[in-house]
Amino acid sequence: MVKINGENISAAGLTISAYLDKSDYGTSRIAVERNGEIVPKALYATTVLEDGDELEIVQFVGGG
Amino acid sequence: MASIPSKEEMYTELCKRHGKDRQDKFASSCVAVCGLGGLGSNIALSLARAGVGTLILIDFDRVDVSNLHRQQYFANQVGMYKTDALKATLKAVMPYINIRTHTVKITKDNIQELLSDADVICEAFDVAEEKAMLVNEISENLPQKFIVCGSGMAGFDTSNAIKTRRLTKRIYICGDETSDVSDAGSLVSSRVMLCAAHQAHTVLRILSGEFDV
Repeated sequence: MVKINGENISAAGLTISAYLDKSDYGTSRIAVERNGEIVPKALYATTVLEDGDELEIVQFVGGG
Repeated sequence: MASIPSKEEMYTELCKRHGKDRQDKFASSCVAVCGLGGLGSNIALSLARAGVGTLILIDFDRVDVSNLHRQQYFANQVGMYKTDALKATLKAVMPYINIRTHTVKITKDNIQELLSDADVICEAFDVAEEKAMLVNEISENLPQKFIVCGSGMAGFDTSNAIKTRRLTKRIYICGDETSDVSDAGSLVSSRVMLCAAHQAHTVLRILSGEFDV
């Protein structure tokens, strides 16, 4: 199980890119934090989620 | 023109309120404000009043009549670059502050050059994609910096939905994280100021060495 935004999800083995595609996240408005660190966008395609990972996908909204 | 207080008088008054140790930390700090709209102009004013020593102000845009309902500009500043207009206001409030201005658009290519001197960086952009770009780029290329972001402050929803949370050791997010201006339809001065106040206060806590939210 991977904890994603507080929920346990069967995503172990998927890359971050694959999970984002599956979940309908666009990549342009987000930052992905994995186990306390921000994952560089260039590594989404090669970072494989592991059992016990904690992920947070922050989706920014407009206005300022 | 009436004379203004001396640097020492202003410093003494700040020390009375914040304590000398904390004030000396503020005075020796450098904070960058990226985007000088409703968030950035209010953040900068709060930080200047608190006695932060150096502010780096970055925005490519000019003051427009449509900004006056929520941004800290005057009607007679319409048409000026926001960097120049805000610098003039901050200098009028706190004459001894050190202000660096950059009238440019922040991109992946100039982030390091613009922000490498800052102890804390405030993300105060309008566009969601730009917010994400800044956070991702700083995390990758200037990983030792603290970042304080604003996300979700549009519309007339309750003020109590605006909050501050710590995403990582060095990244904080202020706002309700849901009220997108394209859905809420408008930005309202009071709610934008709430988010800006959360951001400014978070910066002051970080500079004080208080990292919890």
